[in-house]
Amino acid sequence: MTQLDKSTAISLLRQMMLIRDFEETADKLCLRGKVPGGMHNSSGQEAVAVGTLSAIARDDVIATTHRSHHHTLAKGYSAKIVMAELMTKSTGISHGRGGSMHLAEVSLGHFGGNGIVGAGVGIAMGAALGIQHIGDKKIAVGFVGDGGMNTGRTWESINMAAIWKLPLIILVDNNQYAVETFVGRVTGGGDLAKRASGFGLPSYNIDGQDVLEVRKYVSEARERALAGEGPTFINALTYRYYGHNVGEKGQYRTQEEITQWRTTQDPIDKFIEKVISLDFATQVEVDQLRASVRKEIEGAVEFAEASPEPEISTITQGVDSGKLGVQL
Amino acid sequence: MTTAVKAITPTYSEAFQSGVREEMNRNEKIFILGTDLVERGGHFAQVKGIAQEFGLKQVRDAPISEAAMIAAGMGAAMYGCHPIVDLNFIDFSLGAMDEIINQAAKIRFMFDRPVPLVIRATSGVALGGAHHCNSLESFFAHTAGLSLAVPSTPMDVKGLIKTALRNEDPVIFLMHKKLSGIRGEIGDENYFVPFGKAKTVKSGRDAAIITYGYSVVSATKAAQALEAEGISVEVIDLRTLYPIDQDAIDAAVTKYGRVVVLDEAPLFGSITAEIAATASERNFKSLKGPIVRVGAVRAPLSANPSMSEAAIPSVDQISSAVKQVMSY
Repeated sequence: MTQLDKSTAISLLRQMMLIRDFEETADKLCLRGKVPGGMHNSSGQEAVAVGTLSAIARDDVIATTHRSHHHTLAKGYSAKIVMAELMTKSTGISHGRGGSMHLAEVSLGHFGGNGIVGAGVGIAMGAALGIQHIGDKKIAVGFVGDGGMNTGRTWESINMAAIWKLPLIILVDNNQYAVETFVGRVTGGGDLAKRASGFGLPSYNIDGQDVLEVRKYVSEARERALAGEGPTFINALTYRYYGHNVGEKGQYRTQEEITQWRTTQDPIDKFIEKVISLDFATQVEVDQLRASVRKEIEGAVEFAEASPEPEISTITQGVDSGKLGVQL
Repeated sequence: MTTAVKAITPTYSEAFQSGVREEMNRNEKIFILGTDLVERGGHFAQVKGIAQEFGLKQVRDAPISEAAMIAAGMGAAMYGCHPIVDLNFIDFSLGAMDEIINQAAKIRFMFDRPVPLVIRATSGVALGGAHHCNSLESFFAHTAGLSLAVPSTPMDVKGLIKTALRNEDPVIFLMHKKLSGIRGEIGDENYFVPFGKAKTVKSGRDAAIITYGYSVVSATKAAQALEAEGISVEVIDLRTLYPIDQDAIDAAVTKYGRVVVLDEAPLFGSITAEIAATASERNFKSLKGPIVRVGAVRAPLSANPSMSEAAIPSVDQISSAVKQVMSY
């Protein structure tokens, strides 16, 4: 990866700011009943999403988790169609049929969020198999949380990717809590990269609050995958500021712990410091960036609220092709 | 004197090979993955020789990781391939039920993306006990987004697998293990059997048995025995359970008013219940009496051959059911 230049830095910062504003705005809308079924706020985890998606190509494949607004926005989809999907409107990225957990646009390489923990790695692994079979120069990224690290299906898929040298990156968006269960309490051996390395693939524990570190590891993993060297496992340690689902406080962690992460490890604050120290932007310019993001999110909310609901009459459409019964 | 040399017709398993070979020859995006396929040719010789002919990229031996096998096929199908995942025994699908029911079946509806995936396995009762003899048809037929083929002849095996491989929907392709070695004519490369079209195996005048899979053999035996007693029974082979040939069922109900529905699955909640309920809703007035269902007892299959036989319908039980509907 080349040296960090100004425009890249500003772009990374803006993406992270956009995600934070999106999530905090959506959270409030959800509490007002505008997001059917609730949502999973990714605030605090922006560097994992932006570091990863900025290091892969626009048409590389991702498949992800129930907490995937940040991955989706970082893949370059507009806040408008993501917000509209949260509100299950017909203009949403999944036409209102998916909702917060099922953001997808398969034709452009977004193979979907997922309501089932650990399922995204398998789908990404399958996409990587498709890429290898057809011979395309692409890779797939399977996002998984620390919770998904204890599902059998995830490790079946990691093994398969390793033996077939599939162009896959397994990216653990490790926010340390599976709903309300601390990862350390339920993870045998503790060290996830060590666990993964037993399957014979390069495996790393990295700082998920440092967008540049995430970007560097993903970029190197992508190069290996494109060179036919197979998959890489990256466990990015991060933290979510909000509850598992909207409005949940919980007794499973202390306010001090949350404050500690927010004040000393915030991925956006840390990167702003870096951007200013490199003279890529002044504080005034950072504030202007934040204001432009605010405007974009306001526009997204307006768009989503004004968008129509899906036609109920389409309820049984698109279940299957209907063509199996046609005589060929 | 000259003796015409009669060519030996292919087996049910060879019919599968033939259909797959023809389709693989015209579409490189078709590949097969599963356990013990390359050297062994599958547990029922269903892909014997295909790896040797097409190479190891087109036929992949997988680890015994059912969830990952289905995920691999599904992700590759979403990417643009047309995989056949061979589970050998449908009992093993239970380790991949999330991938089949929560994922593959729902992607088209949620994400507007076809999933051209064939999941092939054997189904039905033979020796082997509780973990190799399940009849899980109703699980799959119940799931929106899945189609289900249950051929009983080499002709239909080939015609149906070719249709499945020219389409874009997830198909569960169930071959009955007791039929693996039966021989019969198969169609040429342009012969396709559409899904949702039943076939009359034996015509009749008095009553109909509606069935599929190995039960077609048992039903035909019963029907032949009943001829001697002056009862003429039509035997209808459904060939696919979803889409199902409702027209053929309606026609049998309205023609005879005396109908037996037969399979090897435990009666409670089985596909025979669906057929009988729908038939009575649609054509109650045509019925001379209740539709009689014949199926298995509500118990796991025993490894003991006599117990296993006792669990599923005998020819005598089928004949008795026909006599019962004739008594109305």
